[in-house]
Amino acid sequence: MELLDNLALGFSTALLIQNVIYCFVGVLLGTAVGVLPGIGPTATVAMLLPITFYFEPVTALIMLAGIYYGAQYGGSTTAILINLPGESSAAVTALDGHEMARQGRAGSALAAAAIGSFIAGTIATVVLAVAAPPLARVALQFGPAEYFSLVLLGLIVSIALARGTALKALAMIALGVLLGTIGQDIYTGTPRFVFEQRELYGGVDFVSVAVGMFGVAEILRNLENEHSREALVSKVRNLWPTREDRRRMVGPIARGTGVGSLLGILPGGGHVLASFTSYAVEKRISKRPQEFGHGAIEGVAGPESANNAAAQTSFVPLLTLGLPAHPVMALMVGAFIVHGITPGPNVITDEPELFWGLIASMWIGNVLLVLLNLPLIGLWVRMLRIPYQVLFPMIILFASIGTFSLSFNAYDVYAIVFFGLLGYVLIKCGCEPAPLLLGFVLGPLLEEHLRRALIISRGDVTVFVTRPISAVLLALTVAALVVAVLPAIRKRREVVFTEDD
Amino acid sequence: MERRRSTPDVLAGAIFMVIGGAFAVGSLGYELGTPLRMGPGAFPMLVGAIVAALGLAIVVKGLVAGEAITFGSIPWRAIGAIVLAVVFFGTTVRGLGFVPTCAVTALLTALASTRVRLLTAVAVAAGLTVAATLIFVVGLQLRIPLWGPWLGF
Repeated sequence: MELLDNLALGFSTALLIQNVIYCFVGVLLGTAVGVLPGIGPTATVAMLLPITFYFEPVTALIMLAGIYYGAQYGGSTTAILINLPGESSAAVTALDGHEMARQGRAGSALAAAAIGSFIAGTIATVVLAVAAPPLARVALQFGPAEYFSLVLLGLIVSIALARGTALKALAMIALGVLLGTIGQDIYTGTPRFVFEQRELYGGVDFVSVAVGMFGVAEILRNLENEHSREALVSKVRNLWPTREDRRRMVGPIARGTGVGSLLGILPGGGHVLASFTSYAVEKRISKRPQEFGHGAIEGVAGPESANNAAAQTSFVPLLTLGLPAHPVMALMVGAFIVHGITPGPNVITDEPELFWGLIASMWIGNVLLVLLNLPLIGLWVRMLRIPYQVLFPMIILFASIGTFSLSFNAYDVYAIVFFGLLGYVLIKCGCEPAPLLLGFVLGPLLEEHLRRALIISRGDVTVFVTRPISAVLLALTVAALVVAVLPAIRKRREVVFTEDD
Repeated sequence: MERRRSTPDVLAGAIFMVIGGAFAVGSLGYELGTPLRMGPGAFPMLVGAIVAALGLAIVVKGLVAGEAITFGSIPWRAIGAIVLAVVFFGTTVRGLGFVPTCAVTALLTALASTRVRLLTAVAVAAGLTVAATLIFVVGLQLRIPLWGPWLGF
């Protein structure tokens, strides 16, 4: 019954009045940025991170986590109502959800998304509570060689997050790792690539990279062709799904939760992959696959459950290994470090209140989200009418203030323009920004563990394949790489073949 | 072959090659060390070479079998206004203080849109300055003077 004791500790922390309030603020903000196209959870968390320095650590993390999973809810609302996914994982929901809305079943679609998300969130919270402690114990056995291989695996798996070709995603990861080497070398203190600028000795702050790549670049994309967002919002009636709809929701929700919980735990897997996989599964096993794309409620309930479950369980690698699986998690690593806590296997024993409090807060957050989303749906729809001309100057201004307040260093502010422009050009060339940010955060870890492992093994490079756990992780890495690159090769073949014809 | 040449692919690859190459060459200036004690230059050198190699692969693929991506138009006005606004913020926030810097930054940014009227931009800038001051200085106690030393306060 250790689990119950731990959960009791968690709830006693999470139910403290200031924690409930900031959990509410987090999910409220998360829903808002999920609803609003043009600003996502990554940029929001990046902007708010400096503010949370003044909070208690557990309060700060509860709020930041709330923004992350709150955005999953909000993203589905716009996907269903106006066919505009506010968050990348909601792209799948838009397929059938918007079709349902056009048939006058918007209420059922929204309810399916909310109920599915809630059930998935509840189950995934339990999965997190059960899976994290044993994993943390395993992680305590990890040496530098294992960590190196694990980080490498996480980076390669994150290719799956990217839409473009595997080759470009790989290059983005490597570029992120490379940019992470700017600043003083950890072992010798030699300043690298700083161009004699003292302000760069501490490296480039990853908040600047995140705000630039996800905030500024996105704004430039939106300003390419400005058109007024005529929100053709469907009327929402009959929130409660019909008996037939309820019957058809059960299976997809259960399967979506399972798929999402599993894929979320993989470092680098994440919620986007989960919702796509769930959609594919539902379509394959459905007796009526022809309905998919024309308003099948299974196509809403499954992916929505899956992405919420994955959003929750993706805290497992963060809390047990210190490995972020998503750019938002990478920012949360920063939040841990600012408060003097190193995310990793020790958190669970050294900071039990923080660990269990965060987990319990996710369940509370899910309850708050259902309350926020279903009755207040009209409010969120109205938010879509905020003109972009107000929104984007606000993002730029708050981003500048936020990055400056990190350490009162003007270079952190200049960096958002630099990374904004770099990100903009690369995104226009078909490269996704998420792998770069993960590479940037994990790069220093990769270098540190590589060098430490080699020092311990006295320069013997085979240490990575002779230690069993490390060898298994590297084998998985190679497998992931092959899987990621294979479709590209096959497509090349097809192209070549059609040319022969 | 001409049909499948993809300019965005070639451009992306070229960017990776330039940055990767620059880092690899730059790291030659630092100690490379041995596998037992890798110097500060070894890791950037390795990764820089990988980035450059991947860039080369993307260029080659872009010339032979590129992805069909349309590059689209470039919002020069928005780029200019936003770069100017953020650089202005960085350089003047200490000297001019929080309020004037925010006002100018917000105004410049608002003008990035081609569809905005000057009056709307001024209104947006004023509103955002008030909001930012209330949130960051009053609410969160950010330690930046409201009016800076350059203004004689």
